[in-house]
Amino acid sequence: CSGSPPSTMKRPVRKKKKNRLLSSRAEPASFVDILEERRRGSDISHALRAFSPPPGCGAPPPSPSALNKMVLESQHLRYVVLEVRDTPGQEEAAALLDEMSQNLQVTFIRLLGFALSKIFTRLFRRIQVNEDGLARLQQATQEHPVILMPNHRSYVDFLVLSYIMFTYDLSIPVIAAGIPLMGMSLIGEIFRRSGAFFIRRAIGSDKLYWAVLSEYVRTIVRTGFAPVEFYVEGLRSRTLKSLTPKMGMMHMVLEPFLKGEVYDLSLVPVSISYDRVLEESLLAHELLGVPKPRETTRGLLKARRVLEQDYGSMHVYFGNPVSVRELAKGRIGRGQYNLVPRDLPGRPSEESQAFASAAAHRVVRLQERGTVLSPWSLTALLVLQRPDGTRWDLLARDTLWLRGIALQLGARLDWPADLPDLEVMSSSMALHRSVVRCEEGCVWLVEEAGPEPVTQEEGVFRRASAVLMCASYRNQALHVFTRPAMVAVAMGTVPGHSQEDIYRHFCFLRDLFANEFVFVPGCGPQDFEEGCSGLQQCGAVSATDHELKPTEEERDTIVFLSAILEPFIETYQVVFRILCDERLQVFTEKSFVPAVRADAMKLLISGNPVTLRRDTEGYLPPTPTCCKLQCPNIYFRQSHCRIHPGSCSPTPLCGPQVATSSPI
Amino acid sequence: ITSHHITDSKPQDIMKWNGWGYSDSRFLFNKKGQGEFTGKRYRLSGMILPSLKDWFEATFGTSLQHKTPATPTLNVSAVPPPNLVEPFVEELKVAGVAASHDPEGRVFRSHGHCLHEIFALREGRIGRVPDLVVWPNCHNDVVKIVELACKYNVCLMPYGGGTSVSSALECPLEETRSVVSLDTSQMNRILWIDEKNLTVHVEAGIIGQDLERQLNESGYCTGHEPDSMEFSSLGGWVATRASGMKKNIYGNIEDLVVHIKMVTPRGVIEKSCQGPRMSTGPDIHHFIMGSEGTLGVVTEVTMKIRPLPEYQKYGSIVFPNFQQGVSCLREVARQRCAPASIRLMDNEQFQFGHALKPQVSSIFTSFLDGLKKFYITKFKGFEPHHLCVATLLFEGDREKVLQHEKQVYDIAAKFGGLAAGEDNGQRGYMLTFVIAYLRDLGMDYYVIGESFETSVPWDRVLDLCRNVKERIVRECKERGVQFPPFSTCRVTQTYDAGACVYFYFAFNYRGLADPLHVYERVEHEAREEILANGGSLSHHHGVGKLRKEWMREAVSTVGLGMLQSVKEYVDPNNIFGNRNLL
Repeated sequence: CSGSPPSTMKRPVRKKKKNRLLSSRAEPASFVDILEERRRGSDISHALRAFSPPPGCGAPPPSPSALNKMVLESQHLRYVVLEVRDTPGQEEAAALLDEMSQNLQVTFIRLLGFALSKIFTRLFRRIQVNEDGLARLQQATQEHPVILMPNHRSYVDFLVLSYIMFTYDLSIPVIAAGIPLMGMSLIGEIFRRSGAFFIRRAIGSDKLYWAVLSEYVRTIVRTGFAPVEFYVEGLRSRTLKSLTPKMGMMHMVLEPFLKGEVYDLSLVPVSISYDRVLEESLLAHELLGVPKPRETTRGLLKARRVLEQDYGSMHVYFGNPVSVRELAKGRIGRGQYNLVPRDLPGRPSEESQAFASAAAHRVVRLQERGTVLSPWSLTALLVLQRPDGTRWDLLARDTLWLRGIALQLGARLDWPADLPDLEVMSSSMALHRSVVRCEEGCVWLVEEAGPEPVTQEEGVFRRASAVLMCASYRNQALHVFTRPAMVAVAMGTVPGHSQEDIYRHFCFLRDLFANEFVFVPGCGPQDFEEGCSGLQQCGAVSATDHELKPTEEERDTIVFLSAILEPFIETYQVVFRILCDERLQVFTEKSFVPAVRADAMKLLISGNPVTLRRDTEGYLPPTPTCCKLQCPNIYFRQSHCRIHPGSCSPTPLCGPQVATSSPI
Repeated sequence: ITSHHITDSKPQDIMKWNGWGYSDSRFLFNKKGQGEFTGKRYRLSGMILPSLKDWFEATFGTSLQHKTPATPTLNVSAVPPPNLVEPFVEELKVAGVAASHDPEGRVFRSHGHCLHEIFALREGRIGRVPDLVVWPNCHNDVVKIVELACKYNVCLMPYGGGTSVSSALECPLEETRSVVSLDTSQMNRILWIDEKNLTVHVEAGIIGQDLERQLNESGYCTGHEPDSMEFSSLGGWVATRASGMKKNIYGNIEDLVVHIKMVTPRGVIEKSCQGPRMSTGPDIHHFIMGSEGTLGVVTEVTMKIRPLPEYQKYGSIVFPNFQQGVSCLREVARQRCAPASIRLMDNEQFQFGHALKPQVSSIFTSFLDGLKKFYITKFKGFEPHHLCVATLLFEGDREKVLQHEKQVYDIAAKFGGLAAGEDNGQRGYMLTFVIAYLRDLGMDYYVIGESFETSVPWDRVLDLCRNVKERIVRECKERGVQFPPFSTCRVTQTYDAGACVYFYFAFNYRGLADPLHVYERVEHEAREEILANGGSLSHHHGVGKLRKEWMREAVSTVGLGMLQSVKEYVDPNNIFGNRNLL
């Protein structure tokens, strides 16, 4: 991860569109606002201009029906049809494929291009794109099949990506979308014709569906006529924190390489970040247990009012293409398919699974590293540590201090150099006035408006939504601090300074938070190394051969970094307590999450979040239930957790729902 | 091919000591810069090749100004003195076996034709060479030599035609004993022809072209025609599991042999009868075939023969692209109607073939060529940089050949193939024999290269070809090769379940400090790629010492152990110590 300077606002001189990428000598990671030209030029002529992406590495694009035919006639599908259905499964497969397949048409791309020009110029001040990344992407598409792997923060993510590809004359990707989108009348069809294909949720063990889907994806990858785009996180992150990757699609796209059907694949991580996410309040409510509204066209029309607000800028960073062949070197034997027909349906081998998982995690890490942070993300981090309000001048001072640390840890910040720092921070915060207010030199979180709260619960709820939104923006920056913070916590829990002991505690935390933060499997030592060198960069520790000592001057940094992890540790603590409750011997995930919520509510009502900590002074002894649940032995005393790594188990203790709700 | 005899005990007199084939036949660029093939032996001999220079310079980025000439003559003083076991030499003399430690003869038998072997010779570098060459005259001579070798613990290395491309003839560096090259060239007689059973009994030292010519005189042939048949020997074919161009009619060597006699340190191994098939446990012939000189010396072989075919016809088909070509070959194999030979060249090789077209004799021919080209590229819309060509050879009685031909062309038409004439076909096969000479020309101008082969199931042919070619290009780039390499392939044999694929790979090594090392690494990576794509370690070149490292992977640990235990029983003292294979 390179510590890149904050993006400059200088805009390179525009060149003629055709060869923009080839001739652009954009300096690394310098961003260009693609909306600027839209604001000056005509949207119609942008939509109607000659669109001729350079040919990809493969054959010319087959028509959607030819593509479907290839899939239906594939040997793999024939095997599966024979295996799963006595009755002719061929028609069923064809029907599934009809439901699923994209129908990319340039006319619709143009239509979409036109509409999006209108919408985006209203929504965003700028859409910042790194042109050097696009130039690398363009080159990659000409060499090998490309897999575009953006992070997923908003419904508009994939629209933005396709829009950028259209603007830069690159092949429009074929996009894996969730089936709810298809259900939207008209919109679903427009998406389909813009290159989206639709995947059912919860496919479960429907073999035929899996076969049709995987063969469809593999055929597109093999033919290589267009990039395949999918969200490796699987779903929109409700907390704006990276999610641990889902493996289904990952296996499908990797298989053509592992089977030698393509020479190589380029995985292109794309980091999308928003100054302000369109769905922010929706997300907060979802986290509080209000069900997500169904995706309908009507709902979309109702949501028009989002158009009236200011969402600031968004950044799209196209990362370096990752060669799967390079990744695979020495990690996986490609000869594993030598003794069976490659079309034979079968689960990926353990080796392949481990490889795919590592690759997917790696991509998510690259997405994190490419993410451009807004100043507000840093401010939010500090606001959360002072939930009862703080003075603006102190907050600004500390934000600047934090900026220094973040840069040292390699964060990409959108911090205009040509404006006074104070202005940068206040305008970044001003964008979020629905969450945070600054009046008379004081900053505090906004409570939701409404009649006087009737119950205490309602009061907590009203406050919680702002806290959660604030936490989400903090989460955007979290990946920068995770590893150093874990080392910092580990240092605090070890009696001496022995690196070995610290490492053991670090590993415990890493296992504990395996579903909370993204760690590449098997890279514990590298993560530790990253954490340590981060701390050294900040001058917070000095390392000798076997020891890691905090420096006196930068004690604050260590304390601060430890505090970043505190809410997470506390959340887990709350969850463990509930797990250890005798009444909860057997429970379903469905009933568990509300139970956690209710319990947390009780704790909050009984005092304030700070007393939550005091509340648990003293020991929380390991009970037999605890052991049954393979619960790690954790003892909490004051704000320090004392951890006994001996019995720690990497078994995911908390489902993703629990993990995602941890900003409480 | 003009006949001659390499059966003298001094082949180095008519053959190159540091390159391929006959001394009088070589490619060169004449004073006008035109390509030319010298000598009188081949159809191409004495012809001007007008497009060779342009192709050569464009493909490799070379210039005729930059030459890398070979050392003209062997520096005899550079040859290490022989390490002789005097009593062994004495007893050989008593037994009447010819022997010599003349340095030229020893150097000549110290190598095959791997790139690194020839490259070293051209630079005048001589490594470990055999200490003595012996020429047995018959089976009994071999028995005697092996007995003496056992008695005096001398290392024997059988030598046939010397066309190995697997480092099989390199003397192991770790060998401290006296190394004796056992040259079979004097055992070259046809002992009998059995017309009732259509078999021939031959001494194993006979060279391919001599065997075929002599049988032709009696109206027969074996039909076994490996590309090296001008120089390779029957014993060598057996010891390496050779494959012939026309195997679709006659079979590979394992289908052709009826009986083998081999002398081992344990004694002579052979079967008791010549029954056409037996169920007597594992076929002992399969311990011998592919043993690569590690178990003993093949001395006599009984082979099947066939009456000479009444009619032969060449042919060629142009396909719009390689993929269509492979699909067509697959269909031909599915219908089991492959002609005697069918080979599919990729586009690069097709262009290469064009570069070797001799000067056309009349305006009319050149007009016709132009017309053909116009028809294929403009009228039929074939992309000149994608099209590829299959060459065909039909054999049999006339009527059947014509019928067969029609069947194959009909299949080809379904895959967009167009018949492209007999001439193109015939030239394709002629090139097979001269292509080995071309490497020497390349080496005069900073270009080094080699061919290697594999066999692979049908469904993986295309993927393997693409991935291996691409791997070669990328590895070259990574290792600092300045100009894109020539990386090309052809499908040379079809089987029911797969095909044999042949790769040519060459590059311009100007600017590289250690071109051989680069070359070897790239070939190594290419082989890794082949194996990862489901290809075999070798289809017919054998393992030798070059591909030994992959043997365990290729045949499993138990399989390797089986072979080792055979070696242990047959040759416990490692008399046949060339260290190939295992």
